[in-house]
Amino acid sequence: MSEADKQVSETAAKRVSRRAFIKGVITSGVAVSSTSYLFRASTLAGQRSSAGLGERLITLNVNGQQRRVDVVKQETLAWTLRYKLGLTGTKLGCDRAECGSCTVLIDDVPYYACSVLTHTVRDKKVLTIEGLASPHGKLHPVQQGVVDEQGFQCAYCMPGFVMAAVGFLKTNPNPTRAELAHGISGNLCRCQDYDKILTAFMRGAEYMRRSSRA
Amino acid sequence: MAVIRDVMPAFQLLQPTSIADAQKILDQYGPDAWVLAGGLDSFDWLKDRIKKPNTVVDLSGVEELKGIRETGQGLEIGAMTTLTEIAQHPLIKAKYSLLAQSAELVASPQIRNQGTIGGNVSQDTRCWYYRAGWPCYRAGGNICYADTPVGRNREHAILHAERCVAVNPSDTAPALIALDAKFVIRNRKGERVVNAEDYFVGPEIDITRLTVLQPGDLLTAVRIPATWAGAQFYFEKVRDRNVWDFPLMNVASAMVLSGDTIQQVRVAVNGAAARPLRLKAVENAIRGKQRSIATAEMAGNLAVQGAVPLQFNAYKIPLMRNLVKRSITGVQEATWAS
Repeated sequence: MSEADKQVSETAAKRVSRRAFIKGVITSGVAVSSTSYLFRASTLAGQRSSAGLGERLITLNVNGQQRRVDVVKQETLAWTLRYKLGLTGTKLGCDRAECGSCTVLIDDVPYYACSVLTHTVRDKKVLTIEGLASPHGKLHPVQQGVVDEQGFQCAYCMPGFVMAAVGFLKTNPNPTRAELAHGISGNLCRCQDYDKILTAFMRGAEYMRRSSRA
Repeated sequence: MAVIRDVMPAFQLLQPTSIADAQKILDQYGPDAWVLAGGLDSFDWLKDRIKKPNTVVDLSGVEELKGIRETGQGLEIGAMTTLTEIAQHPLIKAKYSLLAQSAELVASPQIRNQGTIGGNVSQDTRCWYYRAGWPCYRAGGNICYADTPVGRNREHAILHAERCVAVNPSDTAPALIALDAKFVIRNRKGERVVNAEDYFVGPEIDITRLTVLQPGDLLTAVRIPATWAGAQFYFEKVRDRNVWDFPLMNVASAMVLSGDTIQQVRVAVNGAAARPLRLKAVENAIRGKQRSIATAEMAGNLAVQGAVPLQFNAYKIPLMRNLVKRSITGVQEATWAS
């Protein structure tokens, strides 16, 4: 073998070994992180009580659909909806239960999705702004009221506001303007457009009553 | 103020479905276990990374802890009953409307849908130095940041401050004290029942806690005796905004009259000290007296005896005086205006 050939084959060997080495690192990296994960899980399993730790892969009922989703224990519903299920209609404003823009209905009751652990709604029905309109695209009466009265300015707060109003109107279908204002007082509008919002929701309430009679 | 920083740090989430299971878990984990009721106080702590429990015990699946039951002696309310349920319950509205009123004035509709009576009385103080993680007395340090010449202490205590000047933020607590409620606490050793006013502790007893609950203890129910059913009630909450805000101060009173004479009375205020205060001196002074402006004024003056204002909360003295006065004579009910 000539000196040149020898060099070429050595370089090739180095190249191969470098690639193998990198592959090795990747594989072992995965192995290390997964072992530490398993190890952690088994440490916890050692102390686990009868209540158990439960699964991370859970089924959620969102907008009438069963959705399989991988949820960590400390995850909030707003986070799961937006970043795991792609339902970005639910907005995160303050993430501290102080603004209302993440409001969704859980079993027909308005909650701040930023302050609910996803693992606590496994057996419940979650309704977000995306699930309000009918499957053929006919708007919910409250949404129609918003469109007809042009209820919002920037409308960042709108999904939360609409969900709060829908939840309130389910139990109070015929409110006065003051009662409605009290019912949706857990939502803030940075544009200070409350008067138009109330007008829109009063119109929406009227549409709801009309459609329930029909 | 609050900053969104990704999801909360990891914790182990345990979701018992019975009181017995919850009890076992609390026993096993002791001080490492964080009890989660509605979660609205807890999530602030966890999201801000100020408290980092490794185990969170979610009680939302424990059905035994929910609901309102009529018993021979009055009412029993499960600790995990929501504030909305309490505010709307026909029996509470009819006989113990003081509690319904106080629950209806907590935070916002969504928070009342989620927040529980057990959580409302057991929540931690809102002093922002403490909540922001400053190493103050309450956090185990040796200074109070609020009680300094430049400390922001507009919302802080005027009575019974002892190193720490934080106040209890609960709205239902004074109503429960006025109704002479009993709190049922369970732990490994069994069940104990404490009077509402003894459930809360000031810094002179324990500067790091607002209640008697120790690790392993679980508040399971609140019992309301029939003693004050249908009495004359007064509740008023003063706050900056009509929604969300904790009380700057609130007052609750229950009174039984015979003609114009005050036969029996209980008065409590919150937002004045680290624990909701039952005003026993006031009660003793006005029992047997005519319910009049003069009596009410005397009660108000007596209530603020010994009050010491901080730099920015001197307004709380006339506020408390007037609230106590009103709790005796009442005022025309303010209507909720949007």
